[in-house]
Amino acid sequence: MMATLSDPMVPSPFRIQRVLKETYDTYTLELDPANGADGFSFAPGQFNMVYVSGVGEVPISISGDPDKPRTLVHTVRSVGTVTQKLCAGGRGRVLGVRGPFGTSWPVEQAVGSDVVVVCGGIGLAPLRPAIYHVMANREKYGRVALLYGARTPEDLLYKLELPRWRGQFDLQVEVTVDAATGGWRGNVGVVTTLIPPARFDAENTVAMVCGPEVMMRFTLLELEKRGVPSENTFVSMERNMKCAVGFCGHCQFGPTFICKDGPVFRYDQIQPFFVTREI
Amino acid sequence: MAAESLERILGEHPFFEGLKKAYLQLFVDCASNVRFNAGEMIFREGEDADKFYLIRQGKVALETYAPQRTVIIQTLGEGEVLGWSWLVPPYRWRFGARATELTRAIALDGKCLRGNSEEDHDLGYELMKRAAQIMERRLQAARLQLLDVYGSGPAKR
Amino acid sequence: MGKMSQTAEPAVLERDHLQLLLDVLSKGGYRVLGPTVRDQAVFYDDLTSLADAPAGWTDEQNGGTYRLKKRADGALFGYVHGPDSWKKFLHPAVVRLWRAKTGGNGFQIEEGPEEAGKFAFIGVRSCELHAIAVQDKVFLDGKYSDPVYKARRQNNFIVAVNCGRAGGTCFCASMKTGPKATSGFDLALTEVLEAKRHYFVVEVGTKQGAEVLDKVPHKAAGAEEKAKAEGIVAKAARQMGRTMDTKGIKELLYRNYENPRWDDVAKRCLSCGNCTLVCPTCFCTTVEDATDLTGEHVERWRKLDSCFTMDFSYIHGGSIRSTARARYRQWMTHKIATWIDQFGTSGCVGCGRCITWCPVGIDITEEAAAIRQSEKS
Repeated sequence: MMATLSDPMVPSPFRIQRVLKETYDTYTLELDPANGADGFSFAPGQFNMVYVSGVGEVPISISGDPDKPRTLVHTVRSVGTVTQKLCAGGRGRVLGVRGPFGTSWPVEQAVGSDVVVVCGGIGLAPLRPAIYHVMANREKYGRVALLYGARTPEDLLYKLELPRWRGQFDLQVEVTVDAATGGWRGNVGVVTTLIPPARFDAENTVAMVCGPEVMMRFTLLELEKRGVPSENTFVSMERNMKCAVGFCGHCQFGPTFICKDGPVFRYDQIQPFFVTREI
Repeated sequence: MAAESLERILGEHPFFEGLKKAYLQLFVDCASNVRFNAGEMIFREGEDADKFYLIRQGKVALETYAPQRTVIIQTLGEGEVLGWSWLVPPYRWRFGARATELTRAIALDGKCLRGNSEEDHDLGYELMKRAAQIMERRLQAARLQLLDVYGSGPAKR
Repeated sequence: MGKMSQTAEPAVLERDHLQLLLDVLSKGGYRVLGPTVRDQAVFYDDLTSLADAPAGWTDEQNGGTYRLKKRADGALFGYVHGPDSWKKFLHPAVVRLWRAKTGGNGFQIEEGPEEAGKFAFIGVRSCELHAIAVQDKVFLDGKYSDPVYKARRQNNFIVAVNCGRAGGTCFCASMKTGPKATSGFDLALTEVLEAKRHYFVVEVGTKQGAEVLDKVPHKAAGAEEKAKAEGIVAKAARQMGRTMDTKGIKELLYRNYENPRWDDVAKRCLSCGNCTLVCPTCFCTTVEDATDLTGEHVERWRKLDSCFTMDFSYIHGGSIRSTARARYRQWMTHKIATWIDQFGTSGCVGCGRCITWCPVGIDITEEAAAIRQSEKS
């Protein structure tokens, strides 16, 4: 029995092929289908419900390359019972996967525009598929800037890929950390400080933002200051999820269900709810 | 570098936007070109703060020191203004500043400008207005850094 | 009697023959469910015999108050409703979604949800018909449909009953969900008690309804009987003690997320969640994954949940809605405002249960009115 439209609560088995340690509490898992399926198609920004047998299920964004559906990639931060087990799971362990669910980053809408990606902490993980897509279709886009902030240099994700991206393509990659010791040669300061000098044409840009809500609020303010219209700004939201198919009610955010109306939202459409506390 | 070039550079910098020509000339007279190699200290915490800098190229780290470690508070890059302690008593640097890479800047004689501002309060007002904006941005950024938004941090290492 | 079509004229069923209707349904393989009296309240439960029905009982309901009182007559449907609703059967509080065996290659699903069989509901009020329709939209109309609800809703036989009196907390008239049942039933009964007669005027809603009615002795309703039935329902409509002004109510709530009234209700609300338990449309659930000691057998269970719990909105770092104020606001705004954007109808059917069963008597109609009033001053 597999997850289908008729029974979306049934997971499919996926086997861990590789575990990459990104930081002291964050791991990237590469998964292959364990039941003979060809791979896993998804759109950048979508997420799965990942199940650890007998323990529980959590929503995790897909962080791999949408053009390489053979391998399913998830970057997981160990913050609770299930994610702790996920991060501890070694090669060969079988997990359950339901999905993909949710809306995706506007990589099609952004064709012909500049692209600015602003992310903080683990927020880079749900954006990485969009970055891969843009890089694979580089000629379709104008200037592309990735602005990434993390707590400390040790907390940066994809440490080997970041310099490759900066070096390989016509891509502005700026990284900053909140705090660093003397040995760090990069930027120190909150990610919003990277926005004023970033190279993009505010009136013809699609902005994609992901990170802790506080960080997103201040980022959106800076983007607005630079003149990026809120109809061209997209954010990825997060809420408690139990079913991911619009039945359990947990992920409600104002009138939207983050599992089906999101997680990627056009900012102007959710702006009144975004600034309402405890909604 | 000829004075006219300095005038052009200062005139184009956002910090000097809207300043009347006479004041701009005063700044030019107090300005000079400086350069710091990677790793060089620009000023140290506690020293007299008599200058401020417009960074034209490179990166500067603002640092402070705790036992056995140096903590970088913030880095400043091209186009940013380094230093406002010269405007506020006791006119001593609150942090150290170190060029993390080859950095070229324009140094402005803050002590001289302080003197001029005491005589000409209009000049003083223009300076204060601009410095207030810089401080506001720094304060905002510092507050955000304090929020430590990226999570609980290493629980056990 | 010949076959009656959907547009058939109303019929009359004598009280003494109502049991036969239940028998026909039981014989037809239905699990017959209806009102029973237990623990001093009316609960929906198995009802194979009318002896278990609340004959001669009525209820007194008000904010935070519910009492069963004996009637002077033997009316079967003289009460209004109790603390539960038909979602008890269609959207059960505890259900196992699947059971699996784990092994080297992951896991094998062994069993899905258990078969529920087919249900016949006896005594469904108009507000409850609307509540079922509201939940149909939630569970059946989207990209995904809920297989548990779908299976239980299929082959549902519904005998509705038109209210003879408004309950103490009812406001279905202003929500346009009653008291007269207009759709969503197979048969609809209006109970008529006269000095020498006790009968039901029966309206046929579907072909299945007509087929079942055919197996029970009945006759065409006369003009007087029909008029009697209509009068009874009209009287109930006039008795409503509460109203909800629904004009622009969605926009009203959207404008008032920071209205001080929320602080006011937060002082009273205990976050007990009773309202979400008794509400016939509240549908939130949680999922629990379980395992045996060996880890070899795993199960996934679904349980009814309430947005009033602290955990409901928990993400790492804390709960989004940590205050009672935020949680009450979420419940009420969802029920009467955001529900409309989500599913095209209000989530509230005006049954009044939340008012009756709130231990401190918080009244959703009063809260809505207060918010509306605050804009005028």
